[in-house]
Amino acid sequence: MGKTLFEKIWDEHVITARDDGDVLLYIDRHLIHDLHFRAFGMLKAKGLQIREPDKLFGTPDHSIPTTAKVLEDIPEGEMRQTVEVLEKSAAEFGFTHFPMTDDRHGIVHVIGPEQGITLPGITLVCGDSHTSTHGALGCISFGIGSTELQHVLATQSLWQRKPKMMRINITGRLGFGVSGKDVILAVIREISAAGGTGYAIEYAGSAIEAMSMEGRMTVCNMTIEAGARSGIIAPDDKTIEYCAGRPYSPKGELWDDAASYWRTLPSDDDAHFDKEITLAGDAIAPMVTWGNSPQWALPVTDTIPDPSGESDPLVRADMEAALDYMDLKPGMPLSDISVDTVFIGACTNSRIEDMRAAAQVANGRRAKVRTLVVPGSGLVKKQAEAEGLDRIFTDAGMEWREPGCSMCVGMNGDMLAPGERSASTSNRNFRGRQGLGSRTHLVSPAMAAAASVTGCFTDVRKLVEEA
Amino acid sequence: MAKAKGLEPFKTFASVAVPIDIANCDTDQIIPARFLRRPSTDPDYPRFLFHDLRFNEDGSEKDFVYNKAPYCDGRIFVADINWGCGSSRENAVTALAANGVRSVIAPSFGDIHYSNCIKNGVLPIRLSSADCETLRRQLHDSPGAEIAIDLDEQSLTGPDQTTYAFEINPFDKHRLLNGLDEIGLTLEFDDEISRFAENYNAKHRWAS
Ligand code: SF4
Repeated sequence: MGKTLFEKIWDEHVITARDDGDVLLYIDRHLIHDLHFRAFGMLKAKGLQIREPDKLFGTPDHSIPTTAKVLEDIPEGEMRQTVEVLEKSAAEFGFTHFPMTDDRHGIVHVIGPEQGITLPGITLVCGDSHTSTHGALGCISFGIGSTELQHVLATQSLWQRKPKMMRINITGRLGFGVSGKDVILAVIREISAAGGTGYAIEYAGSAIEAMSMEGRMTVCNMTIEAGARSGIIAPDDKTIEYCAGRPYSPKGELWDDAASYWRTLPSDDDAHFDKEITLAGDAIAPMVTWGNSPQWALPVTDTIPDPSGESDPLVRADMEAALDYMDLKPGMPLSDISVDTVFIGACTNSRIEDMRAAAQVANGRRAKVRTLVVPGSGLVKKQAEAEGLDRIFTDAGMEWREPGCSMCVGMNGDMLAPGERSASTSNRNFRGRQGLGSRTHLVSPAMAAAASVTGCFTDVRKLVEEA
Repeated sequence: MAKAKGLEPFKTFASVAVPIDIANCDTDQIIPARFLRRPSTDPDYPRFLFHDLRFNEDGSEKDFVYNKAPYCDGRIFVADINWGCGSSRENAVTALAANGVRSVIAPSFGDIHYSNCIKNGVLPIRLSSADCETLRRQLHDSPGAEIAIDLDEQSLTGPDQTTYAFEINPFDKHRLLNGLDEIGLTLEFDDEISRFAENYNAKHRWAS
């Protein structure tokens, strides 16, 4: 029997297997960010070393204010300390670090692919659940906890149980105004927030093949919101072209070896998937979430569902609690919901294509509400500025900020006030995620920009068509 | 070689149990992000657990099950589907452990949170949705009722003395029973890792 893409990479990295089937997996790349600043002290306290520091790459992202350009701009205390300790540890342990003054810094999941640190066929981990993002390049990537993180630092390996295999096919073509974000929200709505638990998910089908690398990263990014630790997409010409010439990509003869190896990786025709799901890409509309789990997503043309129509009492209670928290009523059209703040950014949607999609909608219009646009890296910021996108945003009255996680998680000072409602391109609409009492609706960059210029959830297809 | 340091071994454990009726309870609910930079030695750590579900902004208590006696002494939680989904933050388990919580029983767990639990001596137990619901109902009906867990036997006994069997990976069980630290164990494979890395890097020079 053939192997899946995931299995081919997995098998190539097995150091040893235990009787129970768990394997010790060799790790090719390890990314680290500021929130793990305590890991180095803990490692030292145990008398351990970093085994392969040249495979470790760090950058601050969670704790940097998007108004800060240098370390001294960060308020003193824990916030600055995290960034400082990461930088010092890089010097002490000898791993690559992109400080906030370096254009190459940004959100770990944006800079990995951007720098060519992420490559097809590798194993990549990071102490962050959205590490699933990197699978868009055709590698095994998954988030780990801080104990596992120390394990990787000390041993360059991890004990893992092979997940079950799921393939999700997105057939047909995506319509105008529909992007990777809408696809993944439609997927999570379909399989539920727990639907991928225990699986690695491979995304396939014509709509995925036609998607840009940025769009694929958005899809893989939110795989964790479907419950799965890893998302993966077969490397193709687009992937290989994307990797070519990046700073840490292989060069010359090594590049040729790599590219021909990567072409052997796609799942075999007779590979076995434990579960296979197909969604029609043509039927996916721009999506908006209304509850406190990403599974509560609907096409923007829809209305808030009525919990009383739900037969499962637990689900009903969950829906009622979400409507109460979000201050919404059953039957209300999504397009009637007005927002207080718009956030365009986060590892889900802060790449150049996302900036372009938002700018296209913002162009010549005015923001009606506070709108933060936060590029995912210094290089995305530079590129956007070279294309004049920053001017489009600022002319529209939107704020163009320094790169970082920003309002996705509210750890850098960018937050919603209690009770405030956002249209956000981030990945989590959990209670309090964007600040105590915050109400988050997840949308694509184009839909976020549409919400900004209209003040409520507006079908971007209509808005742009009208123009 | 530094032999596996001790987590508190887990053999049998009985405690008041707490019903947590929240589906998809994400780790942002278990510990809000603003506490993630705090050291685990922070004396306030126990209060970070479910902080925003438990406390108002002025620090006064909300109407939440874990605030109330006798549930506030509970060291076993019975939860709903997809417990611990979302962020990989291990601080969620640190917050459980800071309150002496030794086990969470739920129909399903976020994959990363599940392994974070195992690595910190908190036993995650998967039971069916129906069984979890039964247990939660009993705990609501008889506040202060206990659940007893026997890891060696892979069974637990509910408030009405019904016994439930549960599955756990044999190695996870071994580690929990003996309180072993994984890094120490893995370093016993030091030579194998080196040999593998050498072969791998020779075969895939582009990746090294
Ligand atoms: S942008 Fe948000 S989801 Fe992504 S790494 Fe940062 S905090 Fe996590």
